[in-house]
Parts: sequence; structure tokens; C-alpha cells
Amino acid sequence: EIHIKEPIEKEVNPHLLPGELLLCEANMVYKYIQEDGSNRGTYGKLICTNFKISFLDEDSASDDNEPQFKNKIIGENDITLQCVDQIYGVYDEKKKLLTGQLRKYPEKLIIYCKDLRVFHFCLRYTKEEEVKRIVSGIVHHSQTPKLLKRLFLFSYASAAPNNTDGRNQTVMFDTLEDWRDELERTKGNVKYKVVVTNEGYRVSEKLPLYFVVPLCVSEENILKFQGRGIPIWCWSCHNGAALLKMSTFPKEQDDNTSQMQKAFLDGIFRTISNPPYELLKREDLSSSLPSLQDIQTAYTRFKQLFLIDNSTDFWATDVKWFSLLESTNWLEIIRRFLKKAIEVAECLERQHSNVLLIEESATDLCCVISSLVQLMMDSYSRTKSGFQSLIQKEWVTGGHSFLDRCNHLHKNDKEEAPVFLLLLNCVWQLVQQYPPAFEFTETYLTVLSDSLYVPIFSTFFFNSQHQKDTNMTGESLKTQSGPFRFLTVWDWSVQFEPKAQALLSNPLYAEKPKPDKSQRKTTRFKHQRQLSLPLTQTKSSPKRGFFREETDHLIKNILGKRIGKFIINSSDEPHNSFREFYDSWHSKPVDYHGLLLPSIDGPEIKVWAQRYLRWIPEAQLPGGGTIATAAKILDLMEEVQSLQVKMDEEHSQAVSRDVQAVPMLRNSARLSSLFPFALLQRQSVKPALPTSTWKDLEDEDDLVKRDDEFVDLSGDIS
Amino acid sequence: GTNWEQNEEIPRLPGETRVTDKDVIYMCPFNGPVKGRVYITNYRLYLRSVETDPVVVLNVPLGVISRIEKMGGASSRGENSYGLDITCKDMRNLRFALKQEGHSRRDIFEVLTKHAFPQSHNLPFFAFANEEKFSENGWMVYNPMCEYRRQGLPNERWRVTFINEHYGLCDTYPSLLVVPYNATDDDLKKVAAFRSRNRIPVLSWIHPENQAVIMRCSQPLVGMSGKRNKDDERYLDIIREANGQISKLTIYDARPNVNAVANKATGGGYESEDAYPNAELFFLDIHNIHVMRESLKKLKDIVYPNVEESHWLSSLESTHWLEHIKLVLTGAIQVADKVSSGRSSVLVHCSDGWDRTAQLTSLAMLMLDSYYRTIEGFEVLVQKEWISFGHKFASRIGHGDKNHADADRSPIFLQYIDCVWQMSKQFPTAFEFNEQFLITILDHLYSCRFGTFLYNSEFVREKEKVTEKTLSLWSLINSEKSKFTNPFYTKELNRALYPVASMRHLELWVNYYIRWNPRIRQQQPNPVEQRYMELLALRDDYMRRLEELQITNNSKIPNSSASSASPSQMMSHVQTHF
Repeated sequence: EIHIKEPIEKEVNPHLLPGELLLCEANMVYKYIQEDGSNRGTYGKLICTNFKISFLDEDSASDDNEPQFKNKIIGENDITLQCVDQIYGVYDEKKKLLTGQLRKYPEKLIIYCKDLRVFHFCLRYTKEEEVKRIVSGIVHHSQTPKLLKRLFLFSYASAAPNNTDGRNQTVMFDTLEDWRDELERTKGNVKYKVVVTNEGYRVSEKLPLYFVVPLCVSEENILKFQGRGIPIWCWSCHNGAALLKMSTFPKEQDDNTSQMQKAFLDGIFRTISNPPYELLKREDLSSSLPSLQDIQTAYTRFKQLFLIDNSTDFWATDVKWFSLLESTNWLEIIRRFLKKAIEVAECLERQHSNVLLIEESATDLCCVISSLVQLMMDSYSRTKSGFQSLIQKEWVTGGHSFLDRCNHLHKNDKEEAPVFLLLLNCVWQLVQQYPPAFEFTETYLTVLSDSLYVPIFSTFFFNSQHQKDTNMTGESLKTQSGPFRFLTVWDWSVQFEPKAQALLSNPLYAEKPKPDKSQRKTTRFKHQRQLSLPLTQTKSSPKRGFFREETDHLIKNILGKRIGKFIINSSDEPHNSFREFYDSWHSKPVDYHGLLLPSIDGPEIKVWAQRYLRWIPEAQLPGGGTIATAAKILDLMEEVQSLQVKMDEEHSQAVSRDVQAVPMLRNSARLSSLFPFALLQRQSVKPALPTSTWKDLEDEDDLVKRDDEFVDLSGDIS
Repeated sequence: GTNWEQNEEIPRLPGETRVTDKDVIYMCPFNGPVKGRVYITNYRLYLRSVETDPVVVLNVPLGVISRIEKMGGASSRGENSYGLDITCKDMRNLRFALKQEGHSRRDIFEVLTKHAFPQSHNLPFFAFANEEKFSENGWMVYNPMCEYRRQGLPNERWRVTFINEHYGLCDTYPSLLVVPYNATDDDLKKVAAFRSRNRIPVLSWIHPENQAVIMRCSQPLVGMSGKRNKDDERYLDIIREANGQISKLTIYDARPNVNAVANKATGGGYESEDAYPNAELFFLDIHNIHVMRESLKKLKDIVYPNVEESHWLSSLESTHWLEHIKLVLTGAIQVADKVSSGRSSVLVHCSDGWDRTAQLTSLAMLMLDSYYRTIEGFEVLVQKEWISFGHKFASRIGHGDKNHADADRSPIFLQYIDCVWQMSKQFPTAFEFNEQFLITILDHLYSCRFGTFLYNSEFVREKEKVTEKTLSLWSLINSEKSKFTNPFYTKELNRALYPVASMRHLELWVNYYIRWNPRIRQQQPNPVEQRYMELLALRDDYMRRLEELQITNNSKIPNSSASSASPSQMMSHVQTHF
């Protein structure tokens, strides 16, 4: 049944990180190559450490085909404990979810990962003792509740030598200066100020040490309700309108308290509605957007569509793919968040109104909307360092509970919700709609989403700045020489070599032009509405009085109540202002450094194929996909750069130095569409063929049975 | 008609003549009513708005019109209720409101009807009046003999026959056919008697290495009684043996099994195992022309004028359009894979062998032969597998015919072009042509400006002297090739290109089906393409300068002030991320 190479009992040593400890291991584990439903695979050793689950086969020792895009921390057969989504055991061909104590040990182990990889391990040839140890070890370390201090983050930080400070140009927002600079950058300092009230976390453990509030808000007010009910500044728009967020008061309160709270809020609103502040529009996000529960439910269903066991599975779900996608509701949720962000942008941009986002804790939906609004309105946040600073500002320092939302400690499943992933999914929509507008690539977003589960960076492993600060020192001081020094995820050199990092930068990015704006305008492409084949734009012809009355009347009728099937989107009033805003923006050419609004029509919201399909062999196009064109651009850029070098040399008449641009993508013509992920072992030329196709067309039965043209042929033969 | 002569800005082709013009209100489905003037010629309907900024322009070849209806009567109330409603073949409708007095509508209705449906009024197509001049002659693109020679034919196993020179054997086939060397013309005549409309199995393509072939034909006339024909059986065996393999011949019947069985009732059917023991038959489950027509109709309902918003995905699924595309592609992949693996030759048919069969053979050929992925190669492919082998363009499109409800109409060729687009989307560097090329072909599939797609067969086309009296669409395209060229094209020889026929990769062709909707952003030119072109220009510029520099340096003339732009200045043009 299984045809394999003779297992070689070769000692393969696991690659362990500083602070990483081997906890258990099993030999003679057979890993299936998830490819064509065959039983092909390799023998090797399965290990579990305090950081990862890892499969070591003899091939992994050879470095012959070193992948171009390699993660230095996580190999292709490594799964960090936090990356494990679900573990199934197979007993007599039946799949059972493994969670806690096990009475029986399975013959096969299936591990579904949060980055959507699926691993199949056969344990039939493994010693029983080892099976017991490895299965219970894996389940215990990856699926059961854990103490924060037991996260690998801490072992690594204490053991890793001389951690680099990889802040690059990312603004961390943990100092007063960072906030002052941001205020200055956005010219928000006229009406807003940084406060130090929370030093020592006097106000709240959820709030950062430093934050920004309207000038008129007093320290006393901030302290009164532990920072709740206080508008906190996120960002200021070029016209002075600001984006603010506010957490609400806890609901169950006696009348007295709620009266007090109401009065307090009224006071706050009154103060900030006075000059120099203007109109304030309040947006209660919890009532106008899907809840955390909705997001979690949708994503749970959605990801299931990509955790494919085998080829049969793939083609079986292919038949009803669109309705399956729709039924998860995930794309609809993305659409609704993008739409809300456009609405907020409209208030800021067109109505010059301040917008106050309101949410219970102001650390979930608020983060998504405020980040999206800034990405749409502030081209700085579309650069790599700008985006990273934005994530620091709104999410990390902003107090998004990464630990709980990712359920890293398996403490409370009910707290789990992929809010940050939702943001990345929304950003991806923008990136794919406007490729030249972003300095980073979709690959950047994909590896960023993977980094959510790599516990050597502190970035995504605390609920708040307070939690990080208190755990950085604390007891560890007794045993350690000093406070932990954690790595930040923004130091991409920890995970990737320079040549892999190059794939995170967008070669299409249209860098902001420096001074001569006038010249740029003329060379820019003029957007045209395409109404017919060859479109001729002409100046309007001289007016004639013809039909004036009729038209006017007609237009009134049409724009009035009686809007038929004729005018798109004829729903309610606020909706129209949103539409109008979008349409008027849309009718102009895109300025990649200006306001950027996503199109949210059905066909425009797509599945982030790179993240979700990358491990599925059936979905791969050898030599195809968007990477095919991207690779050509990279190759050409490389050529242009080497020409530049040569020109330099000619100019200086210097002797040819050996300056070479980093060779990017060799043989790029044949990259798989899944590049840089799932580097195909599959070199077969066999096309992927659907194994199950749809056939029935119940509702059109009579048509189906008809012949193309009804001609009786029986007469022809005589 | 006062405006006409002075208005130079109204485009007119040589040979295009004015007919009438009129003040109307264009009921734009996206921006509401627009006051304007409509101009009608023997080729197009042209509208220009007045008093609007920007000017709204409609430029519609009359050939795209499928149906013209009057809406409202003289006594109708409401301003927008009286006028004309025009249904187009290219996924849009046009509605004009007219003044409700005098017989203002009657004239324009009659003029439009007459010129939009010339065949119903004993008038010639505009293609016969078109006097355009092009630098290239598209009629020279396809020469069957050259194409077969390119494939290495004739050879010792395959011969060219002129048996159909005067269309005596089969009036829907081309005059020149390639058949097995070991089959005589007499054999062919006998086989023709057993194949629907005499469309005998003939060669479409031969694999340059393994000599396996793609054959096309119509269904055998088996009938209820299960007739057999010794000549047909022997003929298929000759085909099987021709590639030197001993394996079975693979027959792909494009239809669903049930339909093939049902065809027996009208005298058709399929090759039974008993009669053809050396053949293996597979059904590809592709539905008939009526199902495809209804599917496209449903698609139009969800994209025009409004894009279905709330349940886009399930609405799209319920049109089945992409599922049909998936089945056609799946079938073609199977054909291509069978031939490419060299295991056996393949025979493809459906009922008559001019709809589904053409889709399958031409797609399989596109997958197997990189020549067809060039601009000229694709033109040859269309000319060969579709036009010369009698895809009934006249009936399927209804050129110049007022009978909009004709059951013969069906978007089979559109579906094929969509499949090609899907492939080009999956493999963006494999095709020499771009999206604009495909859209242009579809636009002129309806426009009747060129003779290329007119009439049902080579036989009729010859009778109508199409090549003498009309222009070819390929003249237009080949005269400005750069407009239709994909800058990313990378020439690769002999590489089989298999698309993935999964719904995960199939996409609705928004730039075609939803192009009239101004809300759907069409980034033209595509920013990725634009960036690439910029880089290409920059590279060429650098190479030129470098060459100059080298010449200067070699002649040892110090250049202190000669060059105006320093390299560091130029450096800023390219961002360096490395």
C-alpha cells in the first residue's frame, strides 16, 4: 500500500533556537506529501519543543535546493505551537478532534495550522511508547491553557545573545516624542496635546503610557472614569478634521452612576464642540458593524474552505465554490468594514467633520476602522515604515488584545477573534486594487500574518503596553541580569535574508515625486469614462434651448422618489451621500498619493489567494499567476540597475568594480503562481483535472434536453 | 439635419454615409437622463450630449443591436415613458426618450430598424460599403496550405485532399482537408454518408513529436436501431493506426451522455463499443447552445445596469456561466493531455461539430501549440477552426437579422474567447496578445464592419465574394499591432500550457461584461503594464547612453561638460529596494 524508500536510521539533529528545549520526539514517523492523494511521503523524526513541532527527514539535511524565500526561524516542516489550529487523530479511517487527555492513540495525526498548512503524519510504524509521548506532548503543549511566562518569547529573550535593536524607521509610539512628532506631522498639534497622565498606569492599564487628547480635556477628566468616555486622538486630516476614538462605560450600572456618566459625556462633547473644534460625528461601531463573534464565526467557516485534506476534497468543494464562499460571510464582513471606512473618510474629507469612533474598549473594531481610514487618506501609511508605525500606534501601543484575540494561551476560546487578520484582509483588497500605491507587497502582508504566530517577537504577544512593561521586568529580575529585551517583528532581518526581504517591497510602488508637481500632472494618464468603443471627448457644444422643460422635469422625477431600475443604488439618504462621494472621487484619475477609496462592488472584493491557496497543490499554476509579471518587472529592474552601475563606472572611468545587484529571481519564467510559498516539489506536467463536476441543471430541464438545432437526421441516411 | 455637415467631430469611416439625426434624451442608467443629439449612419449610432460636462458620447455600431422596441404610446403619461428601447448584443441596453408629438419616433425607429437589420431589408452589410484602407491585408493571414505545412503536413501518413474543392462532399467544411493517407477519396464519400451533415473526421492538429492527432467531425448517424457503417469503422481504425501506436483511439463526445443518447431518436448518436472496439469514448458534459444562451442572459441580469450587490457570489453562481467555462476548459485540457502524453490520437465531436467541437479543438490547440498564442497564430486558429470549419457565425450572432428571438443564436464564440481570456489571466506572460485584442475581436464579431465573421460557411462566403468585397478584421489589428501586444509576453516554444479549471481561479471577465458601468474601475492602461513599459524605455535609454559614453571614453576625450544629465540624477528614476 505504501511504497517508500527504505528508511535510513540517520541521526538528524533538530535546529534549535536559543532557549529552545526538546520536549519529546518520535522516530519512524511517516509524513505524507500532500499532493495527489497517493500515499507517497518520507520517514523521519517528529519532535516537539517549547517553541515548535518539527518534522525532520533525511532530505532536510541536504541544502541542494535551498528555497529562494526561506524563513530563517520557521522551516517548511516547522509549526510553532501557536500556529497549530486543530489536531485530529485518525482512528480506523475516522477523524477525531484531539484536545486534552487521550485514552487511545491514533494511527494518523493531522495538524491544521493557522497559516493554513495541513500536515498528515502516519504513526503506524512508530513505537507505541513514542506515539504516546509525542501525541500527548503535542496536544498538551499546543492545545491546553498556558501561563504567559511559559511562552517561548521569554525563554528566547533571556537566552538569545545580544538582541539587535531593529526599530528601523518604525515609530513605536512608546515615548512622548513619538506622539509629539506624529501630532506635528499631521498638524494636529493646534487642537490636540499629548498627556502624561497615565505614567505609572495611574489612569488605566488598557491605555498606553502616552496618548493624545483634545486640548480642552483636563487631567481630572481623564482620571475620573479610568480614561473611559475620553475622546482619544488617532489622526488628523489635512483639513484639520480629526479621527478620534473613545471607549464606553461599562453597561450595568445603577441609575446614579449612569446619570453621572451621561452628564460627564455631555460635558466632554460640549467642550470639544466649541471652537477651535468643529462638528463631531459619533460613530458607534458596535451597533453598525459585525461583532467580534460574527467575525470569529465567519473566519472559522472561511478558513475551513482552505484546509484541504486531499485532491478529492478540493474538487468536491470546487463545484459550489462561490456559494460556499458566500455562506461564510467573510467577504461580506470585509466589504462592510471597507464601506464603513469610506463613510468615515467622507465625513473627514468632505464634511470637514471630526469623527469619534465609539466602542466598548476602543481596541478592536476601532483599530480596524481607524487604520483603514488612515491607509485611505494618508499616503505615509502606505509606505512600509508608515504602515508599521500605524500598526504600532493603533494596535500594539493602542492596546489591541493580541494575546486574547489570537488565543495564544488557550485561556478563553470566547475571546478569540481574528480582528487583526481582518485588517490585513482589508488592506490586501486595497493593495490589489491599487498596486502602485503601496510600498509593500501582498507577500509582505502574508508573512506579517504568519508572524502573528511566531513567539519570538513581542509585537503580537501582549494584550497591552502595560502587560508588556510589567512582564519585562518583574520576577525575571531576580534571576536575570536585567529586563528582557524582546524583538520586534518589524526587524525583518530576523526572519529573512536580504534577498528574501526584497520580495516584501513593491517594485511597482510609485514613490512620491519630489518637487516638480507641474510636470507630473501633464504626463499623467487621463481617466476616461468608457461608454462606447472609440470614445471621443469633446468640448460641450453650444447650448440650445431644446427640451429644457422636459429634461428638467424628467431629471426631477428621476432624482426624486421615482427611481426605477435605472439609477444604481437607489436606497436611503445617508447611503446616497456615500455613493456620491465615492462616485465623484471615482470619476477623477487616481492619485496614488492622495485619497484612495476601495471599490466595494461584489466583483471587486476577492479572496486573498496568496494567503489562502498557497499550500494547495491543485491550485498552483506552474509559470503563471501574478508572480509571472512581477518577476519580469524585477528582472528588468535588476537589468536597469546594473546599467546604472556601468554608467557610473564609465563616468568615473573607474576600473570595473564588482558591484552586482542582488540577483533576484533566477529562471523566473517558470515560477509557480504560489511563489514564494510552497516551493513545488511537484514538477509533473500533468494538468490538474476536476474529479467531480457539476452536471444537473434542474431548472432548465427542457432546454438541456433540446438539441442544438432540431433537424431530423434519420432521413439523411437512406 | 442642420447639425450634421458642420459637425466635423462626428467620426465617420470611409464609405460611411449619414442617414438621419435627432434630438433625444439618452436615459443613461448610471447618471440619469442626458440631453443630446443622436446621429445615425449606415454603420453606427452616435450620440453626443449637449449642455453637460464632460460630454457624454455613445458610439455604437448598428451591428450590435439585437432588438429595437418602442416604449410608451402617444397617450402615455410621464416624461420618460415615450421613446425607444434598444437591446444590444454586447451586454447593454440603450434607452432614448423622445418628444411625444408629430410622428417623431416613427422615422427614427424605421431608419434604425432598416440599417440595424439590413439582411431583413434586402440591404448589404456595411462591410460591403466600407472603404477603409489598412497597411496590412488580413485576408492573407490564413492560408490553409501554409498552416498545414507549418504542422509538417502532408507527410507519409497524412495527405491533403481536394475532394471538397467545390464543397461537393460537405458544404460546411473548407475546401482543403487533411485525411489519413490510407483512406481514399472514395472512402471519404462513404464515411460522409454516416456522419451528420457529411462532416467527416478530418485532421485539425498533429503533435510534432509523437504524431498523435486531434481530429474533428460530427456525430455518427446511428439512430434508434443502432446502425453501423463498416467504412466509418474502418476509417476510424486507420486514424488510430496513423500515429504508429497500438493504443485505442480516444473519442471525446462533448455532450452530456443523456443528450447523446437522446440524439439517437433523430438519427444521431455516438460510437458504440460494439461497433468500435478499438475506440474509447468519453462524454464531456458540455451543454447545448440553448443552455449557454440562457446562462448569458442571466449573467446580463446580474451585471446590467446594476451589479448585484448583496449576494454577488451566489448570484454569479446561479448564472452557471463560469461553470460552463469550467466544463469547456476541462474538456479541452483532457483532449490536450491525451494528445500530449502521446498515448493516443483523439477524435472530438458533438452533434454537428461546429460549436462545442470548435471550442474544444481550438482550446486544446492553444494549450499545445505556442504558435497559436501569438497574435498572428491566434488569428490563424480562429480562421481555421471556427471560420473555415463552419461555425455558424451568421446564425449564432444573427448578423443584420431582426429576429432577435431566433433559437439559433448563442454566445458560443464569446464563451470561447472568455476561455482564452481565463487562460491569459492565469498565464499573463504566455500570450502575445492582450485583453484589448480579445475585446476588439468580440466588438467586431457584432459590428459588421469587417467580412471576417459574416456568413455561416466558407461555401457561402465564397459565393458572396467576401474576401474581394470586404475587409478583414485582421487588417485593422495587424496594422496597429502594438496596441494589441502584451508587453509581458515571453516566447516559449513547445510548452504545453494547462490552465487550472477550478472555480478558485476562474473569474468573471469584468472588463468585458461590466465595462459599461462607470463604477467598475478600469485601470487603463494597467498600472503594472505601464510600469513595465516605463522600465523598458528607461533600459533602452540607458543602453543608448552607455554606448555613447563608451564611444566617448574610448576615443579618450574627457567629457567634463558634455553630458547634461549626471548619472546620479538619472538614478532617482528607479527606486532601489535592494
